Amino acid sequence: MCGIVGLFLKDPALEPQLGALLTDMLITMTDRGPDSAGIAIYGRPNAGQAKLTVQSATPDRDFPTLAADLGHALSAIVSSEIKDTHIVLELPSALLDAARQTLRTLRPDARVMSAGEGIEIYKEVGLPREVAARFDLARMSGTHGIGHTRMATESAVTTMGAHPFSTGPDQCLVHNGSLSNHNSVRRKLKQAGMTFETENDTEVAAAFISHKLHEGAALGAAMEATLTDLDGFFTFVVGTKNGFGVVRDPIACKPAVMAETDQYVAFGSEYRAMVSLPGIDTARVWEPEPATVYFWER
Amino acid sequence: MKTFDLAAQGLRALNSTLHGLRGQTNQTVWEVVNPKGAHSIAVGVDAPIDLTVHGSTGYYCAGMNKLATVRIKGSAGPGVAENMMSGTVIIDGDASQYAGATGNGGLLVIKGNASSRCGISMKGIEIVVHGNIGHMSAFMAQSGAMVVLGDAGEAMGDSLYEARLYVRGSVKSLGADCVEKEMRPEHLAQVADLLNRGEAEHLAKPSEFKRYGSARKLYTFNIDNAASY
Repeated sequence: MCGIVGLFLKDPALEPQLGALLTDMLITMTDRGPDSAGIAIYGRPNAGQAKLTVQSATPDRDFPTLAADLGHALSAIVSSEIKDTHIVLELPSALLDAARQTLRTLRPDARVMSAGEGIEIYKEVGLPREVAARFDLARMSGTHGIGHTRMATESAVTTMGAHPFSTGPDQCLVHNGSLSNHNSVRRKLKQAGMTFETENDTEVAAAFISHKLHEGAALGAAMEATLTDLDGFFTFVVGTKNGFGVVRDPIACKPAVMAETDQYVAFGSEYRAMVSLPGIDTARVWEPEPATVYFWER
Repeated sequence: MKTFDLAAQGLRALNSTLHGLRGQTNQTVWEVVNPKGAHSIAVGVDAPIDLTVHGSTGYYCAGMNKLATVRIKGSAGPGVAENMMSGTVIIDGDASQYAGATGNGGLLVIKGNASSRCGISMKGIEIVVHGNIGHMSAFMAQSGAMVVLGDAGEAMGDSLYEARLYVRGSVKSLGADCVEKEMRPEHLAQVADLLNRGEAEHLAKPSEFKRYGSARKLYTFNIDNAASY
């Protein structure tokens, strides 16, 4: 069992509240996943700039001079914001790949959570309320975001085993369920050049969609392909720079509820995750159909 | 009427209060406000009360219900009226997975749509769905009846025993051993009765329904049918 929440804002007036709304939803899903929690939040990109979100088990050692060290190595201006075990480094988009390479040398123990123009991912082991507080998620603004509360089944309870998983620029995926053919799919994706950080089944699903997008598929088609190539139980919620998508396996035993108003589209593993959203009483509320892809893009 | 604020008073207080009504009927009309999708609202009630929940409910609302009439003025989460024994549960909105699962008796009315596995393993419950039902509904249904005014999803009535299924709209596919059967006068009468009690008599006519039931080739072992097992 796990909990998923997601919020895609149509009304820019709600953007300053995105973090607060998602934090509330995430905490409500604590009993579905008390062992770790994570959130991917998409902010409005600054032109020409990209963000690298990095996690370290020893932030006091790794973070204080990281922006300066990276800036020096890349001969560029790198700004940073430290939030507990995570640091968000902002740098010119053109240098994003070089920054990832350089980081491996500069801080070999640090792990990249996400990279892209809009995305920031924060995730840690612990109760959702504690995880949200550590990163001050409630104060974040943005256009859309996805959160996950984990009850582990397929791999260890670690920071890297928490969701969301990001396997491509501005892409992320969260999952409720378990995949049974993840080893064979991982092998094929490795042959195709994808790299993996964990033994986790969900990371395979994330990489599968990233690979499809990399090959040129649209988000909807990439998600559609999970229905034929991935075996197991799943409700996936996927984030990209512009959009947000949902797909459930054909058996659809993992719960999912959606709500839509003029202001937002929301996803929750259960309805109670959405009860604090503005206008929920008059929202259109429905269960996404099995084996059907839904997505919204701006 | 007694009003219970679930957000203020809590689930355990509600359910223990309702369980305490067993055998006494002085306080017969109840309402629950601020359900906020909570789980297990009014589970295990065993008294002839009339309880209205003002809002949507989470898992297992009115599970194991006996005698009570429970009205949900919203949508219901998974397992609503699961293993109901008697009484009535009426949902104004939609019902999630496995509504009325394993129900032994009583009437479940869903005015919206029901999702997958509606009436799975039903054992005597009557179910009226004004909208559609999802895939694998009435799987291994043993007895009772289900009336669906809309359409049915894939594999309806798979491995069916003796429950009667009536569907007005299309059926995406029938499960193993489920077949269409003729509508005889007693079936038209049963549908008319269920439409009436299911608050749907103004929405459909009995003659518009098709009946589905068991071909009885799976559950009684017969060597000639070995290929079907």
